[in-house]
Amino acid sequence: MSANELRHVGLNLADYGEITQPEAESAIFGFWVFLMSDAVLFALLFATYGTMLQATASGPTPASEYKIGSALAETLVLLTSSFSFGMASIAMKYPSPGAQQPRLLGWMAVTLALGMLFMGLEFHDFLGMVKDGALATRSGFLSAFFALVPLHGLHVLAGCVWLIVMMVQVVHFHLDARVRINILRLGLFWHFLDVVWVAIFSVVYLQGLIH
Amino acid sequence: MTTAPDPWHLLLGRLDLQSLPFVRAWQNPTASELISAAAAAMVVLAAVAVIVLVTLLGKWRYLWTEWFTSLDHKKIGIMYVILAAVMLTRALVEALLMRAQQAVAVGNAGFIAPDHFAQLFSTHGSIMIFFMAMPILTGIINYVMPLQIGARDVAFPLLNSISLWLTIGAAALMMASLVVGRFSTGGWSGYPPFTELSYSPDVGPDYWIWAVSLGSIGSTLTGLNFAVTIYKKRAPGMTFMRMPLFCWTSLCTAALMIFAMPPLTVATALLALDRYLAFHFFTNDLGGNMMNYANLFWLFGHPEVYILILPAFGVYSEVVATFSTKKLYGYTSLVIATAAIGALSFTVWLHHFFTMGQSADINGFFGIATMIIAIPTGVKIYDWIWTMFLGSIRFTVPMLYSIAFMMTFVIGGMSGIMLAMPPLDFLVHNTLFLVAHFHNMLIPGLLYGMLAGYHYWFPKAFGFRLDERWGKIAFACWVLGFYLAFMPLYVLGVAGVARRTQAFFEPALRPWLIVAGAGALVLLCGLMSLFVQLRVSIRDRRRLAVPVGDPWDGRGLEWAIASPPPEYNFAMIPSIEGRDPFFDGKRQGDSCRRAPARYEDICLPKESATGVVLGLAAAAASFAIVWHIGWLAILGTLIVVGTVIARSFARDIYRIVSAVEVERIDLRWRRALSEARAVPRELETSGLNRGLAEVAR
Amino acid sequence: MPNHDIQGLQPRPANRLSRTAKLLSSMFLFPLGGCGALRLGFLNPHGPVASGERHLFWVVTAVMLFVIGPVLLLTPIIGWHYRQSNSNSAFRPQWTLSWPLEFFIWVPPSLIAVGLAIVLWRQSQQFDPYTPIRSTLPPLEVQVVALDWRWLFIYPQQGITTIDELAIPAGRPVHLSLTSATVMQSMLVPQLAGQIYCMAGMTTHLNFAADQPGTFVGRNVQFNGPGFQEQRFSVVAVAPAKYQRWTATVKASAQDLNVERFEGLFKPTSGGHPILFSTLPPESFEQIQARSIAAPRRGSPM
Repeated sequence: MSANELRHVGLNLADYGEITQPEAESAIFGFWVFLMSDAVLFALLFATYGTMLQATASGPTPASEYKIGSALAETLVLLTSSFSFGMASIAMKYPSPGAQQPRLLGWMAVTLALGMLFMGLEFHDFLGMVKDGALATRSGFLSAFFALVPLHGLHVLAGCVWLIVMMVQVVHFHLDARVRINILRLGLFWHFLDVVWVAIFSVVYLQGLIH
Repeated sequence: MTTAPDPWHLLLGRLDLQSLPFVRAWQNPTASELISAAAAAMVVLAAVAVIVLVTLLGKWRYLWTEWFTSLDHKKIGIMYVILAAVMLTRALVEALLMRAQQAVAVGNAGFIAPDHFAQLFSTHGSIMIFFMAMPILTGIINYVMPLQIGARDVAFPLLNSISLWLTIGAAALMMASLVVGRFSTGGWSGYPPFTELSYSPDVGPDYWIWAVSLGSIGSTLTGLNFAVTIYKKRAPGMTFMRMPLFCWTSLCTAALMIFAMPPLTVATALLALDRYLAFHFFTNDLGGNMMNYANLFWLFGHPEVYILILPAFGVYSEVVATFSTKKLYGYTSLVIATAAIGALSFTVWLHHFFTMGQSADINGFFGIATMIIAIPTGVKIYDWIWTMFLGSIRFTVPMLYSIAFMMTFVIGGMSGIMLAMPPLDFLVHNTLFLVAHFHNMLIPGLLYGMLAGYHYWFPKAFGFRLDERWGKIAFACWVLGFYLAFMPLYVLGVAGVARRTQAFFEPALRPWLIVAGAGALVLLCGLMSLFVQLRVSIRDRRRLAVPVGDPWDGRGLEWAIASPPPEYNFAMIPSIEGRDPFFDGKRQGDSCRRAPARYEDICLPKESATGVVLGLAAAAASFAIVWHIGWLAILGTLIVVGTVIARSFARDIYRIVSAVEVERIDLRWRRALSEARAVPRELETSGLNRGLAEVAR
Repeated sequence: MPNHDIQGLQPRPANRLSRTAKLLSSMFLFPLGGCGALRLGFLNPHGPVASGERHLFWVVTAVMLFVIGPVLLLTPIIGWHYRQSNSNSAFRPQWTLSWPLEFFIWVPPSLIAVGLAIVLWRQSQQFDPYTPIRSTLPPLEVQVVALDWRWLFIYPQQGITTIDELAIPAGRPVHLSLTSATVMQSMLVPQLAGQIYCMAGMTTHLNFAADQPGTFVGRNVQFNGPGFQEQRFSVVAVAPAKYQRWTATVKASAQDLNVERFEGLFKPTSGGHPILFSTLPPESFEQIQARSIAAPRRGSPM
């Protein structure tokens, strides 16, 4: 079995230690299936948002509330965080000799910081909307917005919590099999959130501001 | 509705004495209130009785270590089925109450108040779908599918336990709604704006939202588990086209669970946002749109009914082939039909609301899609008939259910085609015709299939058969009862009688409603007969014992091991060379039951309390949200998150069954195998059947 | 005007027979007493829409009996003939495929489905509730507001309003514009037409006609609370010559729908008799719609 043999879709590690290859395959495949069900959730919220774009009830509209600069900043932050997670993944695939993994932890910390920066920017955006009176309770359109975008934000929050947990586990367990599989799954999750954000940026912000 | 934050409210939210049906019945002792109080009393007494009984028998440790914390798919499957049986009893009694009320209330108000009646039809539907049908099919797939594919367990045993306990927690919420508060009156579908805060400010819809949400999350995770198991855990040599049909239907069911439960999660979540945070998804005002709910709910709802029926179709494939002593006809056709049904089930959801004012073009498109989905279903029925053709048919209880299914289900198919035609749907939508149609699909379809599966695989799970005579009595009741209870509803629906109606005003309806009420009584006799059967079977278990494991001359791998199977299923994972590997193997030197050359250590997951804690904490948090008990909601949520994180730190999660132990268990079974006398099929329901099949033809 | 007797047949009173004979005869007559039930629905149609839909019902019934007939026959016949105890039956346990049989399993059902699909498409177009009934006469315009738990009918051309009684001229098309003041409801008059949902803030449409004079029962079939079972109304079809006279009588003698009575309509009320008003409501149909989406209407149901 060569070290580069493709066992599952995604970053393949040469060896999973005490967990067998089939188990690792199941774990990663299962996580993809979970992401697909999560994708359906988001897709339905996008559809709901689409049908409620006009339901502004004479209140705030996309044009009045969306700030392209802020959305662009959030996009760049999140895309960069995906890049930094990619670097973390490579640091895991080619680990430092010995038990300590400062490169991996460093890149994970960068990702965490960017994730939290993203959430901070988004929270600031929401505060601005609330000050404008653009609350979810104001109209169907705003309800749909505040279901879709904060759901993504909640996912990012969960990802940040997961990052912290994994960093603690890297320090405590070093790179044992379960830690590595969990980091692979976290990576899939993080990149998935990036893809969803690209859709949000396009469907929500760009579409809202073009008209 | 803001109350001053006094200590009681901080502790108990909006719970108060009025929430208890006992207090309400005391203040207003109508028949309706007394029935509610009696139901609540029964729940409390039953819970106390169970706790007392288990304590007196000293079985808490046993239950905890052997069952509640078990990650074994077989035990989890059995627990699902037990949950389904309990909830079936409750929901059937509710049906009886409704039938009794409707039979009586022609020209008078009857004995059940309108609001109580509305709660009854809402709990009946919600329980039957989410807490009877889903658990029983999940339980049977859980038990059987890993055995059939030659696996030791599902892909994610811990997730399996979590799904089970989420479902149990959600069912506990349903039971709690009997004792504290009330249930929704919006039906199992919960349409807003009726279920919005402005029209239903009480806790009813909240109970419904959280019970359904927890259950649906459990089902999504189950679907994920089953799909990955079938993809990744099949024995070597078992290609997809060599899998038993039951595994194909399990796979398609799993795919439907993964993709169809999220729309329900979204629908209930958005309704929850409307109710708790004053959002405007489905409200009448400020831009809400109730039509979105209908679309979201039925995007879930239609695939859901295929989730309910496909496992039953899988059971019929197994049962009809086995008891026709013949290979299944048209395997490839059946696979294609199953996959087609699964895929097409996502294209028809609009037929649940043809009457919502869409254009004729849209209605026509979805009507045609609905009819297309009938084609693969018809193919399956014919394939089962042709399996019987040129066979040698034994009329055991599972086979009787299968035959009754084939003849009765098609009547429901006929009414389904009628409902698929928009102009006809306009006349009978939301009438008793619709109620008759879906019961016609679910009872002969799902329920007979699950009962057939229960009878078929019970000997595998427990080591002894079920009593055949009581099985046939129950069968007769379930079939006669179904016809009596639901055929009149077709007539009433054509007469324009609405569903969910608590009272009637035309005397001509009375005879039909009385017959339907009698039918409900016969159905209850069917359920009682099953309980009697279980008691008799346990009492006579030595006579009915089939320890060798193959009472029916079965075809799949599950019959190649002992009854009950060892914890790890197979001492050695077999290598597969065709369809029906065990059946063919028996006729070629018993290749599936050959002793392994060497016994190996087997690694199994350790028991874990994670599922129990997660399920019960989630249920507690949900209860807290229903009653606005802030501290409990936060605590429950923190426990859920904390437990997940804590579990990820666990490292000692496996245990080893030593090769010596495996050999000991295996040799004990092989002794029984060698000592048993093989019986021909003519004697399979006699006391001579020890689970070893005579290989004659 | 002839009044449709919507009460069922009464069973004949038993005379001096033995108890068993009485029991047997009542068991036999018991279901007959229920035959009257079918006269309440679309199998007893009194308008072109319901008649056409009934015709479709019979066509589909016939086709589907043809489709399921083979199953109902083959299953018991094959089951019985191939029973284990029958040594005369052939036994071929490995027989699992026959290409001609596969053809018959897949192709004829698919062809029947295609045929039914064509019927479905055309009939859906023909019986689209939004399509006006073709007639030389202009349609009667009525606006319908579903309340909890009654029906408000506004006749803009006649200048009158009714509660729980829809009076129409026989033989002339009727066009209903429907909305709800509360939750989703569904108006069904099975002897005349199919149902259509009524939703707040939205207008749905139903076009139908009554062939001859008569009284027909209509009801709400979408559950909406404790008064749901009582939410019925009458459709009274009057001979065309008499309709104008009826309208004039209502305008002259019925009470007017002032603001106070109008507001009273929005209080949850169930049961009760039809009420006639000699005037149109103080708010137009559109205004009623606007108010139903302006703020929540009803308080706590219990």
